[in-house]
Order: sequence, then C-alpha cells, then structure tokens
Amino acid sequence: MKSANRFFSFVKKELLHILRDKRTLLILFGIPIAQVVLFGFAITNDLNNAPISILDRAHDQGSREITERLLSSGYFTLLDNLDHPPDIEAAFRKGKAKLIIEYGPDFYQQLMKGRGLNLFLAADASDPNMANLLVNYASAIINKYILEKLPAMANQRRIQPEVKMYFNPSMKSVFMFVPGVMSVILMLVSAMMTSISIAREKEQGTMEVLMVSPVKPVQIILAKVFPYLLLSLVNAASIVALAYFVFGMPVQGSLFLLGLEVMLFILTSLGLGILISTLVSTQQTAMMISLIALMLPTIILSGFIFPIENMPRLLQILTYIIPARWFLVIIKDIMLKGVGIAFFWKETLILAAMCLLLLGISIKKLKVRLE
Amino acid sequence: MPEPIIIIKELTRKFGDFTAVNHISFEVEAGEIFGFLGANGAGKTTAIRMLCGLLKPSSGSGMVAGADILKNPNLVKSRIGYMSQRFSLYEDLSVMENIRLYGGIYGLKKALVKKRAAQLIEKTGLNGLEKRLVGDLPLGWRQKLALSTALIHRPQVVFLDEPTGGVDPITRKQFWEMIYETAAGGTTVFVTTHYMDEAEYCDRVCIMTEGMIRALDKPDILKKKYDAGNMDEVFLKLAR
Amino acid sequence: MIKAENISKSFGLVKALHSVSLTVKENELFGLIGPDGAGKSTLFRILATLLIPDQGKASVIGYDTIKNYRQIRMLLGYMPGRFSLYPDLTVEENLAFYASVFGTSVRQHYQLIEPVYKQLEPFRNRRAAQLSGGMKQKLALSCALIHRPKILLLDEPTTGVDAVSRKEFWELLSGIRQAGITILVSTPYMDEANLCDRIALFQDGQILSIDTPANIVADYELHLCAVKAPDKYLLLKTLRSWPNTYSAYPFGDAVHLSTTYKINNNELKQYLTHHALPGSQIMSINAGIEDRFLELLHQKTLTHA
Repeated sequence: MKSANRFFSFVKKELLHILRDKRTLLILFGIPIAQVVLFGFAITNDLNNAPISILDRAHDQGSREITERLLSSGYFTLLDNLDHPPDIEAAFRKGKAKLIIEYGPDFYQQLMKGRGLNLFLAADASDPNMANLLVNYASAIINKYILEKLPAMANQRRIQPEVKMYFNPSMKSVFMFVPGVMSVILMLVSAMMTSISIAREKEQGTMEVLMVSPVKPVQIILAKVFPYLLLSLVNAASIVALAYFVFGMPVQGSLFLLGLEVMLFILTSLGLGILISTLVSTQQTAMMISLIALMLPTIILSGFIFPIENMPRLLQILTYIIPARWFLVIIKDIMLKGVGIAFFWKETLILAAMCLLLLGISIKKLKVRLE
Repeated sequence: MPEPIIIIKELTRKFGDFTAVNHISFEVEAGEIFGFLGANGAGKTTAIRMLCGLLKPSSGSGMVAGADILKNPNLVKSRIGYMSQRFSLYEDLSVMENIRLYGGIYGLKKALVKKRAAQLIEKTGLNGLEKRLVGDLPLGWRQKLALSTALIHRPQVVFLDEPTGGVDPITRKQFWEMIYETAAGGTTVFVTTHYMDEAEYCDRVCIMTEGMIRALDKPDILKKKYDAGNMDEVFLKLAR
Repeated sequence: MIKAENISKSFGLVKALHSVSLTVKENELFGLIGPDGAGKSTLFRILATLLIPDQGKASVIGYDTIKNYRQIRMLLGYMPGRFSLYPDLTVEENLAFYASVFGTSVRQHYQLIEPVYKQLEPFRNRRAAQLSGGMKQKLALSCALIHRPKILLLDEPTTGVDAVSRKEFWELLSGIRQAGITILVSTPYMDEANLCDRIALFQDGQILSIDTPANIVADYELHLCAVKAPDKYLLLKTLRSWPNTYSAYPFGDAVHLSTTYKINNNELKQYLTHHALPGSQIMSINAGIEDRFLELLHQKTLTHA
C-alpha cells in the first residue's frame, strides 16, 4: 500500500513537471502538429508545364513521336535538348529540369523488334512526390504509345521504362514517412525526455535527497519513467490516428500487434534514456547526447531518410545496432503490408534482445551512492 | 571640497504599477567606500542598474563620474567599472584571456593592455597562472581577478553588485582588504550587499527598504542612533 | 550517534578529506565550521551514505555507513548544500511529495514541523522557485524533517540567506533539538558557531580543533586588541609593518591586531601617529571564534612554510 502510494505520488509529481514546463509541452504537442504541416507539404497533386529536357540519341520515328506526345499533353514543356549522357547530371544540378528523357540509339528499331524499351527516364527527386508524379505521367504516355504500336504487348507483361531518381533514390512518400516520424517521436519522448528529467533532478540536488531516502534507485527510476511510457503511447496512437484519418494511410495488419511492437520500441528507448541519465549530470549534456547519439542515428541510419541498401558497407553494419531500423521494418510490415508476426519475428526478436540488454545494463548501472 | 563623484536626485523607476525605486537622493564623495544595503527585492539592483546607465530612470536625475546618466549613459559606462557575483569572468577562458577580453571591451590599446595585465598579474599574485582556466582557480583568487579586471581601464568609480554573495567569511575578509586597497588608490567603491555585517567595513552606508532610503550615514553613527550593537540589529530595527 | 574515524577521501588529485575523526553525541547540536571548499560537504555525503571514504570508517546510530546504509537512510534527515526542492512544484506539493517518498504523510509528524511550516503556510500555493532564500531554506528543512528522523544533517543551510532569516533558522534548530533530534550542521559563518553545543573548525579537509565554543575561544593564546582609525587600509598596512605584530585582519570597522605578548598601547599609538595615523583608538578585547580560527590558520601556514 505504502509503495503503491509512493508510486502514484511520483507519477503525479512528474505529470506536474511536464504540465508546468512550457518547453516540454511544446516538444510533446508541438511536434505532432509540425508533422501535420510537413505531411501537408509533402503531398502535391497538380502537374502542369513541368520543364523537361530531352537527350535524343536515336533521332528516329519513335523518339520524335513520343516527344511530341509528351509535349502536347500539357503536362510538360521542353526546356532544352541535351547532347551527351553526362549532361543529365549537370542539367539537374542547374535545377531547372524536373525530368529528363533519354532515348537510346536505335530506339524505334529495337522497340519494334520486341527487344525491349531502350528508354531512360531520370527525375529530380529532391521533391519526391513531384518526381513520382512526373515519372508516372510520362510512363503512362509512353506505355499508351507502345500499346498502339504493338497491340500484342497488351496481353503480355507491360514494358516499364528504366527510371532513375536523382537526389533521393528511395522515393519517400507519406506512407513511408509515418513509420519514420513515429520512431523519431517515440525516441524523442521516451529517451530524451526521461534522460533530461532525471538529469534535472541531479542538477537541482533533489536526486541527492531521494537517494538518501529509503526508496530504492530502481523504484525512483521506474516511477520516473512511467509517465513517459504513457505519453509515448498516446503520441504513437495520435500519429497512427493522424495518418489514418487525415492522410488515409491504412493499418492493414493487427492493431493489437502494432500496439505491442510500439510498446517494445518504447521500452527500448526508455532503456537508452535511463542509460544516458546514469552517465550525465546536467540537462544540457543529456540533451546533447540524446540528440547526437539517438536522434541523428534514428533519422539517418534507420532507413527512414536514406535507404540502407545504398549505404556504404560500414554504415550498413552500423545500422544493425539502431533499434529504429528494426522497428521501421516491423511497422511497415504491419501497417502497409498487413502481414503477421511470421514475417517479422526476427526483427521483433532483435528488438526484444536490445530492450532487455539496455534495461538490464541501465538498471545495473543505477547506483545507490553518488559515485 | 571636491565635487561629489555621484550625485543622485529624486531618482525613480517604475515597472508598470510597481515602483521599484522611489525618489531616492544621495551623494557619494570621491574615494569613499559606499555601502548600498537592503534585503533581496528592496530595489538595490534596479538602483545600481540606473547608476551604471543600463536602465533608464522613470524620473529624477543623476551624475556619475561627471556624466549624466539620462543624457549620456554610454559615457557613464566608459568611466565606471562593474563587477557582479553572478557574472564577471568567463570560467572557460584563461586568466590572461579574460584580462585581454576586458581590456578589449573597454577599448584599451594592445600595448596598454599588455602593460596593465603584467601589473595586474603581479599585484594579484597570479604569476605563473596566466594560462590557467579561471574555472580552475580557487574562489578567492577568482574574485581578486574579477575585481582587478573590472579596474583595468582605471575607472573613477567601481560598482560591485553583491560581490561576496555565497562566499565564505575568510574569502570575504580578503576581498574587503582589496576593496580598501582600491579605495586607497583613489577609486570610489560603490558596493551592494545583503550581509549586514559587511556594512561595518564601509565608510558610509545607505539602507534601502521597499524602494526608499531608510537610513544613510556612517555605520558608527547609525549604531548609536538606533542603539544597536551591530549593523544586523540596526537593520532588524529598520526592517520590522 | 555519529562516529567518524580517520576518514580520508580524494577526488582525482584533490584531497577533500584528510584523516578526519569526530564523534557527535546523542541530542547534540554539532557545528562544522569552515570556509567553502574545506571538505564539509564531502564529509556530510559520507555520513549520509552517499559516498564511500577511501580510508577510515564511519557509523551513524551504530550502523556502518557502507554495510548498513539502508538502515541509516530510514533514520536520517538530510538537507544538501543546495536547497533540494522542486522549483516548479508548490510549497505544499513539495512537502507532500517528500512525505510520500519517506512513506509517511504530512499529517503524521505535523507537530514536529509545525513551528517551521507555520511560517510557510501563507505561501503554500506558491511555487518553490518564487520563494525567498529564507523561505526555501525553511521548506527544505520541513522536507528533511517530515519523517521524524533521529539525526538531521544540514549542509550549509544558512549560506546566501539574509541575516533575519538566519537568526530565525537557528531559533528553529534549537526547537528541533529539544524534540530529541541530533543535529549536525555545517556553516561558514563564525558567528553561528556560538549557537552550537560543540564545534569542529574545518579547513582544507582537516579538523583544526574540536571543542565547545567557549573552550575553543579559551584556547586563544595571543593577545588581541581592536584598533580603529579613519583610514582603515593605511591602518591595516601600518599594523602589518609593525615589528611586534603577529597578525592583523580587518573586522568590520576595526582591525584586530594579535601579538605574542602584551603590548604597550602608547608605544603602538606612537608608531601609528608616526605613520600618519594620529588619534587611533586601541582597545584590548577577548577573542572570538573567528580570531581563534585565523590563529589556527596562521599557525598552519607557518608550520607548512
């Protein structure tokens, strides 16, 4: 009874801290709002008169006809004609061309002989949605032309032009964005906020009094961490709800399973937060370490922004120790593919092992004394 | 009789409805150690900020070191030195770097800074510690250095805002010895404190409560007037 | 109640405590007097079971501070150097929280904290950050007392607090002691030493002297007089240049001059007049704690040199 009472008064106190600190509130509630804005900007649907460049190495009937169709569609306008393949890169660097179409030598001849499509589309994917849109529109026009020329192809596998995305090869869209944002926010709330709040107690000198009290360090930490666990869950739920209701992102798989996996990731992050707090003595260093050691890797090395398969080998190995890397796979599998645990038990196991290890180390590192 | 170095008339500062400093008038003679006393929140800091040209008075007038605090606050700043307990030296800079910084702030020529720095190091006994970070020095030395750097441009008046807050009595004693030395060198010392026992070190003290001057005289005379054994008792009688 | 034997503690190269021994008896008000950085806080933390000494051992209420730290923590009230309060919680919330930490309630031992808390009652809905230094100190004391400890450790409770609040605080302490609680308090203020039953003078991690304030003052071996003159700095310099002087320190409006033998006041007066200090007043006085402290420091520097 006594310890339950103690626990609740800890939780109450922690909630008061959170409610009374404007900075914390801003992080907790401002970030989800900022995400809404970001989601909004990420989605653009109108396409007209996008400037394109053409590199025509065929100069035959096919290349002329397709170019004509593209330009008369109203979606594209011709910026300029390029002469050599290396010009493609340079044209993008100048930043004017949004899409470049390259016809290979003997384009028409090879097409008619059924040897495939010697056509290359390159898009400036610094605005990924726009790039996607451009490629889709151009592909549709090209495919329509091919079907007219070779009706026999209709029954076969559709020919896809070869596409290369510049600057953002992985093509993020809002659906890819949600899991990434979720892992960043959960990391932020769970790890950074807990480590800061524990460091604050050290700074204030209140930790010293708590340590001298009969309360065990583990009890102090668990009671401190609990409110953040709750908040993280609320945050995760609101992100999923936001994605579902505002952006129509489906949750194909089990919501219950999703909840469990989110909880696992939160616990792992909390473990990291506690670990950080045992190492530092000021809020400032807690914040710095959280940002550099947790936030940046979560954003950069998790596969959220940059695809892991395109990273140098060394960085790829490094990604194995980033919890968010595994969490992203799980979330995408549940939300987008709708598959069950059978498909990501390996990732779950890795995450669980990390979680146990981190919680174990951090609790072991808790000291009953100051040194 | 030389002109007083600080002449304050009916100085007032309001923050909204709240009058932090309420029509105070006093004069400080050159070379005096003038103690400015009061509990936390009595208006000491507001008053000292106005005297240093950092805060514009709501009404009243004042001359500090021959400069008008209303019309020419920048001239005031160049003629005074300032040191506070909370902020005066950069702990992550070395002794020499701090001295050079303050020399630069007050626009001294490089050669002059070099000369004065050498004198300062000699006087404070910090020889051989020029490259030491200020944060690594004992508190007593840090304060010595802080006061010396506040004097690097040879100001006519130096304002010390609670210079001994949180400092132990032994270090405080050493610090007061330095204040004596400064005043003996002809610099007027204007010092605020909430330690009443320190008032006894001053030539004259001014006690503020609620934005107004309640008493202003030599400590001896105040003790007699209020029939008190020490300044603590004087203050208790005034405050209650 | 408290026993420390030959305690030494270093942090890196800095030796914070150097073979410190002391005992505090039941229901005693014991003062640890010394400047900042003398090692007082380190000793407090060792006694509060927060640090382990490099050498020596300590016990509190018969429990070893290393092996039986749990038992000690149940019986100890500790107020660290900084007022360890939650600035964003109100007076009432701080108190209620600490009560629950110690598994008690504000009401249970209200009688004990009443004299302290009564003064805070009007501000009970104010955040701790907005309290004056004196109020914070009283709140921190209430929090340290809330579980009715057997021993109270107060680390520099009066530093940075104004004179009026300091006085009130010491009055509260004597009331707490009457309730049967042993108190160990540290302070840099020499004038507070007289309010303790026994004191230890502390400097550079070593105890210079332990005794009752009266005995400590009685140990003063020098002859002391207070000298007054309008030009205090000149007076100080002149006195230090006088061949008979042992030491001279500024004490408020006077300079305390100590000599190894009884001096002839006229001789000094002449010397001062000769050095442009006519009409100086010279009075023989009894030494205070601070004079004794300075004497001990002086001896120590002499033996070191």
